[in-house]
Amino acid sequence: MNNLPPVIITEDLTKVYDEGAIPVKAVNQVNLQIDQGEFTALVGPSGSGKTTLLNMIGGLDRPSSGKVWVDGKNLGAMKKNQLIDFRLHNIGFVFQAYNLIPVLTARENIEFVMLLQKASKKERNHRVLELLREVGLQDKMNNRPDELSGGQQQRVAVARALASKPKFVLADEPTANLDSKTAANLLDIMSKLNQEEGITFIFSTHDQRVIDRAHRVITLVDGAIESDELIANASDHIESV
Amino acid sequence: MLLKLAWRNIWRNKKRTFITMFSIVFAVVLSILLDSVKKGLLDKMKENVVSFYTGYIQIHKKGYWDDKTLENSFDWQPELIDNLERNKSISLAIPRLESFILAASEKYSKGCMVVGIDPEKESSVTSLAEKITKGNYLLSSDKAVLVTEGLASYLKLDVNDTLVLIGQGYHGVSAAGKFPIKGLIKFGSPDLNKGLVYLPLKESQRLFAADNKLTALVLSPTRTDKVKELVHSLQLELTDDYEVMNWQLMMPELDQVIAGEKAENVIFQVVLYLLIAFGIFGTVLMMTLERQYEFGVLIAIGMKNFRLSTLVVLENVLISVLGAIGGIILSIPIVFYLFSYPIKLGGKLAEAYEKFGIEPIFYFSMAPRVFYSQGLVVFFLALFLSLYPFIKIRRLEPVSAMHS
Repeated sequence: MNNLPPVIITEDLTKVYDEGAIPVKAVNQVNLQIDQGEFTALVGPSGSGKTTLLNMIGGLDRPSSGKVWVDGKNLGAMKKNQLIDFRLHNIGFVFQAYNLIPVLTARENIEFVMLLQKASKKERNHRVLELLREVGLQDKMNNRPDELSGGQQQRVAVARALASKPKFVLADEPTANLDSKTAANLLDIMSKLNQEEGITFIFSTHDQRVIDRAHRVITLVDGAIESDELIANASDHIESV
Repeated sequence: MLLKLAWRNIWRNKKRTFITMFSIVFAVVLSILLDSVKKGLLDKMKENVVSFYTGYIQIHKKGYWDDKTLENSFDWQPELIDNLERNKSISLAIPRLESFILAASEKYSKGCMVVGIDPEKESSVTSLAEKITKGNYLLSSDKAVLVTEGLASYLKLDVNDTLVLIGQGYHGVSAAGKFPIKGLIKFGSPDLNKGLVYLPLKESQRLFAADNKLTALVLSPTRTDKVKELVHSLQLELTDDYEVMNWQLMMPELDQVIAGEKAENVIFQVVLYLLIAFGIFGTVLMMTLERQYEFGVLIAIGMKNFRLSTLVVLENVLISVLGAIGGIILSIPIVFYLFSYPIKLGGKLAEAYEKFGIEPIFYFSMAPRVFYSQGLVVFFLALFLSLYPFIKIRRLEPVSAMHS
C-alpha cells in the first residue's frame, strides 16, 4: 500500500492447542505483512483462527512457533511486563463484548488506560474530552456501562482503545452485537480515525458491514491463509468464503 | 486510582460484601468481648494480689522467701529506705513485718498472717484505707487491728470486738496480745480475704519481740512495665545480704495462671478467626474466580499483573478492615457497659469460683489494646488470605483468563 516497511510481520506463525487428546493447530504457519494505515479484515468461518491470530499479533498470546514483529519489535522476545507495556503504548483493543470496567463511568473507562500510562491530569482531561466528542458521547460521559446501550458501550470501548494514542487497533468482532445503524456509525468513526490519524486497524470479523469497509481482506481457513486480497468491495468475497 | 477502583468493586455485589462484613463484625465483637473479659479478669486478679498486697517488688533478707520466719528478718535501716526512695524508678518503699499467727475469738480460732505496716505509707501504695468496709483505718499510734471480712466472719467478730493473737515471736519467744478491731477490710482475692490481720508496725514489732525488725520492704515502682530492669539494677546495688524479687518470682503460680489464661484465650480466638477466615476466603475466591475474564481484559489493555493483584488485595483488605472497624465501633458501647457494670456471679457458681481463689465477678477491660489488636488481626488475616488471589493473578495470562 505504501513504500514504508510493513509494521506487522508474521513469520511461519503457528499456534497449537494440545489441551485435548488431539493437538489442534489453530493457526498454521501464517506469513503476513501489514502496512501502516491499513484497514484490514481477517475473515473466515468460526474456528478458522482469526481471533488466535489477532491475539498473537496483539501480544496477548504467545505462538507455539514462528515470530511476530510489530513496529520492529519481536514480541516473542519480550518478557511479560515488557509485553504489557508494549501493548499499553502501541496497541488498542476492541472486544466483541465491549469489556468496559463496570464500576467506572464512560469518561473514567477511557481515562483508565491513560492513568496506566501515567499521563498528566491535564493531558488526560484534554484527550478524554476529545475522544468523547469523536465518538459522540459527551452527554454520556458520567454514565456507567450498564446505563449505556450496546452501541454506546462499544463506542466507549473504541475511545478507550484510542486513548493511549496507539499505532494499531485490533478489534475482535467489534460489530457482532450491534444493530446495522449502530454498526455503521461505529465503522464511520473507525474509518475516519484510520484516514485522519493513520492508525492501522485489523478486524477479526464475520460481519459483512465491516468487510464492506475493509481495504484488505485476509481469509483464514483451518488456521491458514486461504486468500489475501486488496479489494474495494469485499461483499462478493465473503460469499465465496 | 487503585483505591477508587477497589472501593467501587467491593460494592458491585453488595449482598456478598455485607454478608462478609457482618461475619467479620460478629467475629470482632465476639473476640473483643472475649479478650476484654479475659484481660479484665487477669488484670483484676493481678491487681487484687500484686497491687493490693505483695506489691511489684519486695526486698527481703536473703533466704526469707524460701523460709518465711522472723529469724530471716532484717534490721530497719532508715538510710536503706532513703537510698531506695532517692532512686528515680521507685516512688515509695514501705516497711512490713509479717508472720503467721493464730487468731482467736471467744469460741473460734484460725491461722492467719499478721502484717505490721506503716499505715500512711501502706495505704498510699496498696490503697488499704479504701478497702475498709466497716469501722476506721489505722493510725501509726493505734494499738488496734484491721481484720479481713472473711476472717472476722469465721471468728464471728465485728468492729470493736477483741481479737486475740497467739504465736511465736522472734527467737522463739512467745507472742500473744489482745487487740480491739478498728476496722474490717475486704480484698477482691478470696484467699487474702480469709486470713489477714493488719497491725501498726510498732505494735507488730512489740507483739513479736522483733524490735526494729522488718521482713520486707515493698517497693512501688514508677513504671510497672520496667519492673524486671529495676529488680536487676537493685540486685547489683544491694549487698548479698538481701534478695530482690519481682511479683512473678514471689508468686509463680499467679504468673503461670495469667500466662495460661492468655494462651487459652489465644486458642479461642484462633478458632474463631479460623471460622471467619473461611468466610472471607470464600468471598476472596468468588471475587477472584468470577472475574477472570475481566482480569484478562485489564491485563490485555495494559494493566500489569502486579497492579491487578494489588487491586484485589486492596479490595479484600477494604472489606475486612471495614468489618473490623464496624466490629470495634459496635463493641465499644457493649464493653463500656460491662466495664461499668461487671457481671457478678451468684449462688453456687460464685462459691465454686471462691473455692478456687478467684473473685466471682467478671470484670471487663477497656484497654485500647483490646480493641485495636482485633483490627490488626483482621488486617493481617485479610492480607494472608489475599495471598491466593495475589499469586493467582500474578500468573494470569490474558487469553487464558478471557477463555476461562
